[in-house]
Amino acid sequence: MSKRNWAILVAVVLVATFGWLLYGGLNKNVVFFLTPKELLAKGADGYDVPVRLGGMVVPGTVQWDEKTLHLQFKVTDDSGTVLVHETGAPPQMFQPGMGVVVEGKFGRDNVFQATNLMVKHSNEYHPPKPGEKPEEMYKTLIKGSTP
Amino acid sequence: MTGMFAHDALLVSLFAVLFGAVIGTLGIRGHRQDWVQLAFGSVYANFVLVTIATLAMIYALVTHDYSVSYVAQVGSNETPLFYTVISLWGALEGSILFWAWVLGAYSTAVIWINRKRAGNLVPWAAVTLLVVALFFAILLVWPANPFHSVFPVPSDGPGPNPLLQNHILMAVHPPLLYLGYVGMSVPFAFAAGAMFSGEVASDDWIRISRTWTMIAWGFLSAAIIAGMWWSYEVLGWGGYWAWDPVENASFLPWLTATAYLHSVMVQERRGMLKLWNLNLMVGTFVLTILGTFLTRSGILSSVHAFTTGTIGYYFLTFIGIVLVWALAMVGGVSDKLKTRGHLESVTSRETVFLFNNLFLTAFMFTVLVGTLFPLVAEALRGVKVTVGQPFFDKMTLPLISALIFLVGVGPALPWGSASRDVLKRKLLPPIAGAVVMGAIGLAVGARNPYAVLIFAFVGYSAFANLREYWIGMKARHAAHGENWGLALTRLVGGNRRRYGGYVAHLGVLLVALGIAASQSFRREREATLEPGQSITVSGHTARLKEVWGRQEPQRAVIGATMEVVENGKVVATADPRMNFYPTQSAPVPTPQVISSISGDLYFNLMAFDQNGSHATVKLIVQPLVPWIWFGGGVVVLGAIIGVFPKRKRRTVPATARQPVPAVPLPLPTTGGGEA
Repeated sequence: MSKRNWAILVAVVLVATFGWLLYGGLNKNVVFFLTPKELLAKGADGYDVPVRLGGMVVPGTVQWDEKTLHLQFKVTDDSGTVLVHETGAPPQMFQPGMGVVVEGKFGRDNVFQATNLMVKHSNEYHPPKPGEKPEEMYKTLIKGSTP
Repeated sequence: MTGMFAHDALLVSLFAVLFGAVIGTLGIRGHRQDWVQLAFGSVYANFVLVTIATLAMIYALVTHDYSVSYVAQVGSNETPLFYTVISLWGALEGSILFWAWVLGAYSTAVIWINRKRAGNLVPWAAVTLLVVALFFAILLVWPANPFHSVFPVPSDGPGPNPLLQNHILMAVHPPLLYLGYVGMSVPFAFAAGAMFSGEVASDDWIRISRTWTMIAWGFLSAAIIAGMWWSYEVLGWGGYWAWDPVENASFLPWLTATAYLHSVMVQERRGMLKLWNLNLMVGTFVLTILGTFLTRSGILSSVHAFTTGTIGYYFLTFIGIVLVWALAMVGGVSDKLKTRGHLESVTSRETVFLFNNLFLTAFMFTVLVGTLFPLVAEALRGVKVTVGQPFFDKMTLPLISALIFLVGVGPALPWGSASRDVLKRKLLPPIAGAVVMGAIGLAVGARNPYAVLIFAFVGYSAFANLREYWIGMKARHAAHGENWGLALTRLVGGNRRRYGGYVAHLGVLLVALGIAASQSFRREREATLEPGQSITVSGHTARLKEVWGRQEPQRAVIGATMEVVENGKVVATADPRMNFYPTQSAPVPTPQVISSISGDLYFNLMAFDQNGSHATVKLIVQPLVPWIWFGGGVVVLGAIIGVFPKRKRRTVPATARQPVPAVPLPLPTTGGGEA
C-alpha cells in the first residue's frame, strides 16, 4: 500500500473508533425527560436509571422537616402521580401546584429519590400572578430588623 | 423620535453594506481600484451608522424613552444607571445591535490597517466582512429590530432580567464574548479573501489572520473564564461549569481557534497543513454563528435564550449558506495548496502539534455531539433527553489529560527531528515536576485516577514551560552578561509570540489545577440554623448571626449574616442573600464567597423563616477556585504578549531569536500583519 493509502486507512480507523466511543458514551449517559405517566408506563425499565421527571406539585403533599432537611412531595401530570423524596431546602418559591423538574432515580420502592430540584419557570420572567405574593414571605423581616 | 431616527440609521447601514459588497465585487472583477475604495468606504460608513444607532439606544435607555420597544422591554425607572446602560446586551435585540457594532469596529480596524496592501486579499476580505455585516443588518432591520415604536408610551418598564442585573460581571462577560466571537469573523474573512484572490497558495496572508485570531482568542478565553465566574457568583450552585449548551457554545470555537493557533505554526515553519488550517478558520467562524443560533434562537432554555421567534430560521439559513459556500471554496482551492515540507521524524514539535490538533478536534466534536444530540433526538424521535455531565466527563477527561501533558512536551521538542540525546535531556527533567505534583495530589487525598494524573501532568508541563524560560534567560545571561530581569524582558521581547504562548500555557495549567482541586475536594453541607448556631464543613466553622431584610429601590433584600469562626474568634463575615424583584415571582439567590489563596468558602441562603428565627444555609468549601480566575488572567496576559506589535529592534539577540521563514513579502505590510 502507498503512503497515502496508509494515511487514509489510519484516518478512517481513528474516526470510526472515535465515533463508536461517542455512540457508546451517548447511549449510556442520555437522561430522559419524562412525565409521571411516562415513567410509570415504563414499568421495571423505569427503575434505577437517571431520569428527569417533570410535572406539577400536588397541593397538600409537600412536607419539609427543617431540622433533617428531608423534603417530600408528589408530582403529577393528571394521569400519573409519583412520590418524590429529596434532601435539601425547597426553593423559596416552592409552592404546591407549580411546575417542577426533579433529577434522580425512581427506586423499586416506588419513591423517586431526587438529587436535584428545579422550579420550572419560563425564561420570559413574568410579574407575580394574582395569588402569588412573594412579599408575604419577607415583609415581616423588612419591618422588623435592620441590616 | 430617537427610535425612528436610529432605525433609519440601521436601514441606511443595510444599504451601505449591500452597496459595498456589490461595488467591491465588481471593482475587483473589473480592476476598478476606485470601486474597491468605495467598498472600503462602506465598511467605515457602516461602522459610523451602527455606532449612531448604538449610541441612540444607550441614550434611549438612559432617558427611559419607553416609546422605543427595547427600552419598554428591558428598562425600568428604578434600575440603577449602571445596569440600565449594560442592559444594552441584556436581551435579544440589543445584543444583536451590540454584535453588529463590534463587527463594524473590527472590520473598520482591520481594513484600515491593511488598506494599502497590494493584491485582492484585503478587498475580498472587506467584501466578506460586508456580507457578514449584511446578515446582521437584515436581522436588525426586520426580526430583531430594537427600535419599534410603542404606543401608547408606558410610564415604566419591567427592568432587565433580575439574573442579569445581580452582578457586576454582567458588564464584563458579554462584551468580552462578543469581542471573541465576532473577532473570529476577521480570520474567516481573510481565509475567504485568500481563496478568492488566489493568495491562498502563498503563506503570507496568514500573518494577518493569525494575529487577529490571537486577539479574538484572547477575548474569548477571558469571556469563558468571566462566564464561569459569573455562573459561580450568581447562580448559587457553587459550580462554574456544567456542560450546559450555552457554555459549550462558547467553548466550541475556542477549541478550534486554539487548534489553529498551534497548527498555523506548522504551516509557517514546514509549509504543511494548509488545507487543514483553512478548515479550522472556516469551522471556527461557523461555530461562532452556531453558538449564537443556539443561545439566541430560544431553541435551548437558559438565561441566554431570550425569546422564541423567527430569528432562528435566519441563523439556520446563514449557517447553511456559509457552510455550503465554504466547503465549495475549500474544495476548489485544495489542489492549489502545495505542501512544501514533510514530516521528518515522529519525535518533533510538529508531531506534537498534530496530536494537539487531533485531540482538540476530537474534543470539539465530543462537545458538539453532546450539545446537539438532545435537539436531534427531539426532532427525529420526539423524545426529550438531556446529555448529562457523565457523558462529557467520561469522554473529555482522557483528552484533557493528554492535552495537558502535550503542553509540556511541545515546547520541549525541537522542529524537524530530535535525537535520542535531546529527547532525554528535554523530556526527562520535567518528570520531577510530575512526581512532586502527583505526590502532593495523593497526599492531600486525591483518589480519582484522572485527578492524580492531571495533578502530575500539570507539574510536568509547568516544569517544562518554565524551563524554556530558564534556558533562554541563562543563554542571554551568559552571552550578553545581562542581569536576569533584563534577560527576561529581552528574551520575551525577542520572540513575543513564542514566550507569550508559554505564558498562556502556564495560565491554562493554573486553570486546570484549580478545576482538578476544586472538583476533587469539594465538600458541602446544608443546615437549618438559629442565630448563634453554627455549621462546620472540612474544618471551617460558620455561625449564623442574624437574619435581616431591607427594602432597596428596585428590590427587597433578605440576608443571613454568617460569621466565620476560628479558635473562638470571628475572622470573616458573609451575607448570602435572596433578592426579590417586583417583576419576578421567584427570588434571585445571591451567594457570597469568601476567597483566599487556598480556596473559597461559598455561602448560599436556601430558605429563611419569616420572623428571622432561623435560616437554612448551604456552605460549600472548595480549594483553589480563585486559581481558575487567576489562571484565566495569565492566559489573557499570554495572548497580550503574543499580540503586541514587535518592538523596534535595538539589539540583535544571539540565541533567543528563531529564524523567521524567508517568505518573500510582496509589499510592505502595515502593523496589523506583524505578530
